[in-house]
This record gives sequence, structure tokens and C-alpha cells, in this order.
Amino acid sequence: MAVSGAVLVFFLVAHMAGNLKIFAGAESFNGYAAWLREVGYPLLPHRGLLTLLEAGLVVAIAAHMYSAIVLARRAAHARPVKYAARVKSRANGYATRTMRWGGVIIFFFVIYHLLDMTFGVANPEGHEATPFARMVAGFEPARWYITVFYVISVVMVGLHLRHGLWSALQTLGLARRYPVLTLSAAALSGLLTIGFLVVPLAITFGVVK
Amino acid sequence: MNLTLKVWRQSGPDDDGRLVRYQIEDVSPDMSFLEMLDVLNERLILAGDDPIAFDHDCREGICGMCSMMIDGVAHGPQKNTTTCQLHMRHYNDGDTIVIEPWRARPFPVVKDLVVDRSAFDRIIQAGGFISVPAGSAPDAHATPVPKLDADSAFDAATCIGCGACVAACPNGSASLFTAAKITHLGLLPQGQPERGSRARAMVEQMDEEGFGGCTNTGECTAVCPKGIPLDTIARMNADYLRASRKSG
Repeated sequence: MAVSGAVLVFFLVAHMAGNLKIFAGAESFNGYAAWLREVGYPLLPHRGLLTLLEAGLVVAIAAHMYSAIVLARRAAHARPVKYAARVKSRANGYATRTMRWGGVIIFFFVIYHLLDMTFGVANPEGHEATPFARMVAGFEPARWYITVFYVISVVMVGLHLRHGLWSALQTLGLARRYPVLTLSAAALSGLLTIGFLVVPLAITFGVVK
Repeated sequence: MNLTLKVWRQSGPDDDGRLVRYQIEDVSPDMSFLEMLDVLNERLILAGDDPIAFDHDCREGICGMCSMMIDGVAHGPQKNTTTCQLHMRHYNDGDTIVIEPWRARPFPVVKDLVVDRSAFDRIIQAGGFISVPAGSAPDAHATPVPKLDADSAFDAATCIGCGACVAACPNGSASLFTAAKITHLGLLPQGQPERGSRARAMVEQMDEEGFGGCTNTGECTAVCPKGIPLDTIARMNADYLRASRKSG
């Protein structure tokens, strides 16, 4: 859970940085997308590094889901008889309580997101358009409901990270100085959430055209 | 005050069990929670009924025997408090209180509110000790221990093994208990030779007993009557991972 989650966190940071290039204009954004496919060429084949990274991500996601299922099954096995009274949470953590089902929601979001931005199936511009055109068309004001869906999903990701970031360090036995640790987790997940939200919001509100 | 209790009654391990409603009148706010149950039991005995079985021993918050899920909270609403130290002044006239046993597969119900916590004993037997020749007490300060380590070890050593951590954990994990023992011994010089093997043996026994996995929800430390901190679990994980890397 911790190791696969850490891989995904590094991916999210890179993904956010790439997204923010939209503010530097269409050329910069499309150039970045093209560069991703050409890194290391001719030493590496076209899309060489990108394919490798994508394969790594698929493995990380599969491992993350597998660990979650194992943990959930172990939890169900460990408590065959449930409490009659509603169990009150004493630890304050909305983020913690939504990890399991939040993760499922994030999974479905990722599928839609890939259909929208990677494969272009759910995108008005389709697969042949430039990445910039796909982005702008995807979040155009008329498709405000898509933006709302993205905002909710990204907030879910942020909540998932709020617990996941420090929990991973705890699982790996690296957690120290808890107030600083959990505050840093909150700050980093907040930063990632905002970094991911500004792009679709900027398009929907016409800042980026 | 007058209260309504809904208490889990189960005649034995093979009985299905059910919540039974009891009315209890004239409860004094000065009574402890267990004294309130004693009064109810006296009335049940006088009426020829089977009294409610529950674990208790010292009744001063240090033995770890009392174990009740009170309205969905292990040891009831008071923080850092065992059931025996919970007093009825925290309740109001007319309240309904649901009392259940700890729920976990490794803690099977023996009768009513009594569960078998032998799984904890087996975790201790797996490694919760130091192998030194016992004899007369060693001289004070013969082995220097840094003050901060002594304090942290003592904090962990206050674990009374009641099992509230397991009862409150949504995963049914025994990590806080096991981590408290590993931290207590692992911080002291006497515990160093077996630090790695202890962590491995105890964690493996914990998993073998059928406890769930830890997802760091923090519910355990929130209900722990001794307030065992969550950093003990990080220490357990660190010791376990280091030992596993070394011996493959």
C-alpha cells in the first residue's frame, strides 16, 4: 500500500507540474506533451520512456488496489460479528474514513479521465486534436458539469492523500514528529489539490482559451 | 437516575446471542459503570435470573480486565478511562446505553460480555520478553538508560492489554497492543539483543491469530485507556522491516 502509493504520489507531482504548463500557452503545453514522447530519442525508441512509465503506473495501481482488497478482506475476516450500536469514530479524520470507498470513486474517475484526455473517446475534440485543444474543449464553459465532476474527484484525491501521505511513512516505519508530519501531509495534499484544480477552473472561467 | 440498558446476552460460545433490554432505577451518579452493573446483577439474582457475566478485577484502572463496548465506544465516552473508572455522573436520567463485548474473531465471546483474550497472551509468548538470567534485583543505575528513552518506554509499558484497540479498530487490528510491547522492550538496553527477532515473532503471531491489518486510522489510540501513542506502531514497523531485510 505504502510503496505503490508513493509511486503514485511522485506521478501526481509530475502530472500537476505538466498541467500547469497550460498557463504558458498552447505551444508550450503541446511541446511538453510531444517532448514526453521523445525523451531520450534516439537512444530510446519513440514513446520509449513514456511507455515504461505508463507500465510502471499500471503496476503501481494494480498493487495499490490489490493491497486495499487484501486489507479489506482481512478486516472483514477479523470482525465476523458487527457491533449493534453504531460505532462512533473517536479519531478525527474524515479523510481516513473515506479511504476505502474514496479509492473506488477515484478509480472510476481515472477511467473517465483516461477516456477523456488520453484516448479522447469522451472528449469533444477526439483523439486527433492537440493536447491543448483537447484540454480546452474538455472544460469549455458549456461542459461545466464535467468541470464540477473533475473538481469533486480531485478533492477526493486530495482527501485520499491527506491520510495516505503520512500513513505511508507510518507503515514504512519512517514516521516521526507527528504534528509536523500530519501538517506537511495536509499542506502537500492541499497544494496538489489546488494545482490540479486551477487548470480546469481556468478553462471553464475563460482564463485559458 | 433511571436508565435503560441494552446488554448483549449470550449463554456460551455456541449461542447466537442477542441484546436484552433492562430497566434500572435509582442509579447513583457516584456509582462506577461496573457498580451500576453489580446492582443490576443483584436484582437479576434476586429475581432468579442469570446475572450478566463481565470481566473485572482491580477496579482501579490498572489491570486491563474490564472490556465493554459502550454505545459503540470502547470503554465508553470518557477519554483515557477504563470502564471501571467511568462513573455514572456522565449519564443523564432516561438515557439508553448499549453494552456489547469486544468484537473480533481472535476474541471469541465466552459468555455475555466476557471475551477470551488469550490471543494477546500468545503474542507476548512469541517475543514479549527479554532472555536474561533472573536473580536478585540489579543495582540501580548499573545499566544507564537515557531519560527520554526511559520515559517513552514507560509510556508504552503502561499498556494494560485490555484489547480496546482491537475493539475500536475498523480493521480489527492488534497493532497498537503489539507495538506497545515492542516499543517498551525495544527502547531499553536490556531489550536490544532480541529486538529484531522479537518484532518479527510478535508481528507474525499477531497475523496468525487473525487480527486485521493496520491502516493507521488512529481509532485505537483515541480509545486507549492509557493513551498509548501511534508512534509505537511506526517503531514496530521499522523494527519489523529492518529484521525482515536482514534475515530475508
